[in-house]
Amino acid sequence: MKNRNGKAEQGWGRRIVLLAPYLWLAVFFLAPFVLVLKISFSQTALAQPPYLPVIDFAAGWEGIRSFFSQLTLDSYRLLSSDLLYLFSYLRSLEIAAISTLVLLLIGYPIAYGIARTPQEWRPLLVIAVVLPFWTSFLIRVYAWINILQRDGLLNGLLTRLHIIDSPVGWLSTDTAIYIGVIYSYLPFMVLPLYASLEKMDESLLEAAADLGCPRWKSFWLVTVPMSLPGAAAGALLSFIPIVGEFVIPDLLGGSETQMIGQTLWTEFFSNRDWPVASAIAVALLAILLVPILFYERLQQRSLEGGRQ
Amino acid sequence: MKRGASLFNIVSVALGLAFLYLPIAILVIYSFNASRLVTVWGGWSLEWYRQLLRDGAVLQAAWISLRVALISATAATVLGTLAAIALTRYGRFRGRALFSGMIYAPLVMPEVITGLSLLLLFVAINIDRGFWTVVIAHTTLTMCFVTIIVQSRLIGFDRSLEEAAMDLGAPPFKTFVTITLPLIAPAIAAGWMLAFSLSLDDLVIASFTTGPGATTLPIRIYSEVRLGVKPEINAICTIMIAVVAIATIVSSLITKSGARRREAAELGLPV
Repeated sequence: MKNRNGKAEQGWGRRIVLLAPYLWLAVFFLAPFVLVLKISFSQTALAQPPYLPVIDFAAGWEGIRSFFSQLTLDSYRLLSSDLLYLFSYLRSLEIAAISTLVLLLIGYPIAYGIARTPQEWRPLLVIAVVLPFWTSFLIRVYAWINILQRDGLLNGLLTRLHIIDSPVGWLSTDTAIYIGVIYSYLPFMVLPLYASLEKMDESLLEAAADLGCPRWKSFWLVTVPMSLPGAAAGALLSFIPIVGEFVIPDLLGGSETQMIGQTLWTEFFSNRDWPVASAIAVALLAILLVPILFYERLQQRSLEGGRQ
Repeated sequence: MKRGASLFNIVSVALGLAFLYLPIAILVIYSFNASRLVTVWGGWSLEWYRQLLRDGAVLQAAWISLRVALISATAATVLGTLAAIALTRYGRFRGRALFSGMIYAPLVMPEVITGLSLLLLFVAINIDRGFWTVVIAHTTLTMCFVTIIVQSRLIGFDRSLEEAAMDLGAPPFKTFVTITLPLIAPAIAAGWMLAFSLSLDDLVIASFTTGPGATTLPIRIYSEVRLGVKPEINAICTIMIAVVAIATIVSSLITKSGARRREAAELGLPV
């Protein structure tokens, strides 16, 4: 009897443990995407909400049919015909790709350096790398405005050192965007790299050295391949969000060419064109789908690897 | 790694940390600058902090942000921990691929997409946007971070204690509360902290999902920053940095003393 009660309790407990987060994510993460998809096929309207059609359930089957007949591809036609959008996507991909490459080049020596310091130092250094990530993203971007603006600290320093005669406009340039992006995403690159470098078996390098392999060669042939999962995780953790980045280009970048996150923001908040904003989001998601799925596979393997 | 750090290793770590900390240090120092100009050092002063205390709009936004972060971090910690348990302990269940997909996707999803899609949901089901819609949005975003942290802790620990408790007749719920929960408590605390600071930090998703009367601190700061650098913003940023730094130190001390107490208990020593 007692046993059976235990079973029943377990059944209910189990169900709640799974269903609560499952339902929450289905309603607030998955369902919204279906809506974005639907509204990207709608038309702008001077109404509340500012799009048409809206399903009229009261009209029954007829209402649903007229809903489907009113859907259009207008927003997507606009996206593909106006070069502004295409440039916006390309520019975002370019900035994300170059930044990710630079992040790898800067992040690797840092992660490698931490992995080589004495054991008792490592946790402290890891916390030191993570700590800026805990302070506000907005604050970290804002901190660079202090430095990069025309009468800011960088120009002050450079003039005092007589490297430049008149102030240089650092702000509102691509350089400023790259500095902001690399600064903000560096911890995302260093941590996964460090995690994979730290796990590495030192005896492999010793074996290579015993067999007469020079250090640079064992680095290329042993260390780098072993750290590839960490490098991939770091690259994806940076690349995917950078493509859709809004705050950094908005505060540090110029106004001539926008990244796609800014374009979406403008369409939504300034032009109040919800269908086009939705179509931009759908297309962005389509572009990022492969990297996102790849990232999920990587996460699953590292967190659930043991059981599959 | 056993071989010691070379000069190159030390220099690259030092340069990396300098790059990470210099801009923040500059911001903190200049929040105490008596001069309004960034390039001119006018001596130490608390003027901007005084002005901040008189700025009702900023204080109100800070209060709203704090409440949103407290509520959403707590909800996210409960949901995220449940999800972590389901993912590590349930083996294969129907819809598992979809579930883990929904857990990992928000971590990298560009914020503009998440924000826009949640807003469209709130409009479609006709909820008035404001305080609670921001709470829901932040819970959704941050619970996945909690899941990742708790999950890595659940994978790493010894299940024999749980099995022993069950063998001795403890029902699953009691086993969870008395055995599992204390063991994963540090990870849950760390998850809550991360959720809290992510919520306090978020600008993009809050901008989409907020409504009249629910201007959060980042939205407020953002609208000021767009107009240029102001010493008052340096001051408010310094306060936020101080809060986060203190919270991080306190939580790491708690985790450490917890770990020490556990070790002592395992060795049978008095605490």
